[in-house]
Amino acid sequence: MKPRRSGLRHSEWKAWLYLLPAILFLGAFLVYPLVDVFIYSFEEGFNFASQTYQGTGLYNYSYVLHDPYFIRALKNTFLIVIITVPLSTGLALLISLGLNKIKALKDLFQTVFFLPYVTNTLAVGLVFMILFKKTAYTDGMINVLLHVFGSPGVDFIEGPYWAKMFVICLYTIWVVMPFKILILTSALASVNPMYYKAARVDGTSPARIFFRITLPMISPMIFYLVITGFIGAFKAYSDEVALFGTNLNAAGMNTIVGYVYDMLYGDSGGYPSYASAAALILFMVILTITTINLLVSNKKVSI
Amino acid sequence: MEENYQEIIKQNKAKKTAKTSLLYLGLTVWGIVVLFPFYWMILTSVKSYSAYNAEYVPKLYTLAPTIRNYIDAFTAVPLARYFLNTMIFTVLTTALMMFVTVLAAFAFARLSFRGKDIVFTFFLSLMMIPNELVVITNYVTVTDLDLRNTFAGLILPSVTSVFYIYLLKENFEQIPEELYKAAKVDGTSDWKYLWKVMIPISRPTIVTITILKVIECWNSYIWPRLVTDDAAYFLVSNGIQEIRENGFGRENIPAMMAAVVVISLPLVVLFLIFHKKIMEGVSRGGTKG
Repeated sequence: MKPRRSGLRHSEWKAWLYLLPAILFLGAFLVYPLVDVFIYSFEEGFNFASQTYQGTGLYNYSYVLHDPYFIRALKNTFLIVIITVPLSTGLALLISLGLNKIKALKDLFQTVFFLPYVTNTLAVGLVFMILFKKTAYTDGMINVLLHVFGSPGVDFIEGPYWAKMFVICLYTIWVVMPFKILILTSALASVNPMYYKAARVDGTSPARIFFRITLPMISPMIFYLVITGFIGAFKAYSDEVALFGTNLNAAGMNTIVGYVYDMLYGDSGGYPSYASAAALILFMVILTITTINLLVSNKKVSI
Repeated sequence: MEENYQEIIKQNKAKKTAKTSLLYLGLTVWGIVVLFPFYWMILTSVKSYSAYNAEYVPKLYTLAPTIRNYIDAFTAVPLARYFLNTMIFTVLTTALMMFVTVLAAFAFARLSFRGKDIVFTFFLSLMMIPNELVVITNYVTVTDLDLRNTFAGLILPSVTSVFYIYLLKENFEQIPEELYKAAKVDGTSDWKYLWKVMIPISRPTIVTITILKVIECWNSYIWPRLVTDDAAYFLVSNGIQEIRENGFGRENIPAMMAAVVVISLPLVVLFLIFHKKIMEGVSRGGTKG
């Protein structure tokens, strides 16, 4: 008779066998790269072709932080974050409150509002581009509208910086709204109706109900959206490509993630060390902002 | 007195109707903002090239729709090729991901082994790693392995999703353990039990995960852009970028829009069929990007 231990070992073996594919994939494409990116970022003068480097140190970080393209990307990214996160969250809250009040057509509105989530952002970005762009043939739909209001109009795609920033923020908000509306609508629907009934019996004003009942009840979800919104906006890249093309540095609209990819690949590419340093700087920024967000939200939510 | 009362009720009612109409107006405005780009893309795609360029003030409708642009979209650029590539990429990536996910979720949910909790916690912590950090090394790895411009290079790094392992594991755990024990007594193997019992019971979750992964694959842009520069391996996202920069000649916007419609259509159809499932799945933990 075999000892019991070997039977146990056999089933352990099997469990690891079931986990093996996941471990292999995660190890090769997630864990190893994570370690490696730190190493890359400290290897100075790394040569892609010969896979050699000259020394280790902080030179890559210093190079990136002194690169005007990176500073520009940093500035663009921060502007996009600061403009789009509060605006989209506020607008989504407004729309969700509206959705929560109606009965007829609610499903239809919800379905329509969610549509941008499933669309290819690069494809729809092209539509935004032709709506906002001035060409030799036409001023574009949006500029025609502006003419009606007596404005001379502006090329939003290849024009002044503020116009480009405006259209990218608009498109970013358009893209992120479905997720926010979905989350906030279900958060609002899950507030216990007893609270509202009790408030109505007491004759509480609608504004007071909103600030004293609704907002505190859904505040965890709002903070969740703010945090994921910050993280998502800091990683902005595809939306910019959709509107301004792949050469974002020329358009002056590059973002941090765009800078990372430009360093890695393309005409300005071949510098994985700079790319790694920039990616780690981005990660540090996101980590810091998320920590601050969490600290603030813990304070606010517990009140 | 009685009249006064009626008057107040009437006023209240009018106020309420006004409020409700305002509410619907606001929601409709956002609905238009959402739908207008789609309308514009379809409208432009059926305008003829000359008609489009003759309209200094773009018309909101067309009286002479044409399918010419759609023919151009498939003949002047290899749109069918991009489409096929994306299909292959999506199907293979999703299938591989499902296989890996099901096995791992089963091990975590039903099998017992030493260090299970530690491994699971480790898996969960991997969810926090942003893609941007690992993409650099993955790019170097794929380049070193000579896998650029191959499906293997496109697919392999896109397979794993820790979140889906977590989601499916939670679902598997809801299936009564007695069922598993009974199957063991009957001498059913783990493998058979997984495929004959657990997967059929968890079908709704598996369908949700599949759809979410399909959407992710269909829209993926960054990784395909990094590892393919041969148009024979472009996915639709790269294809659309290529069309924009070198395609039909930059000015043929109607043909470009026809390509955009063709690319957007599969996911919109998928959404119309499964919108309840997709929205439910996303609210359970999907994020964009």
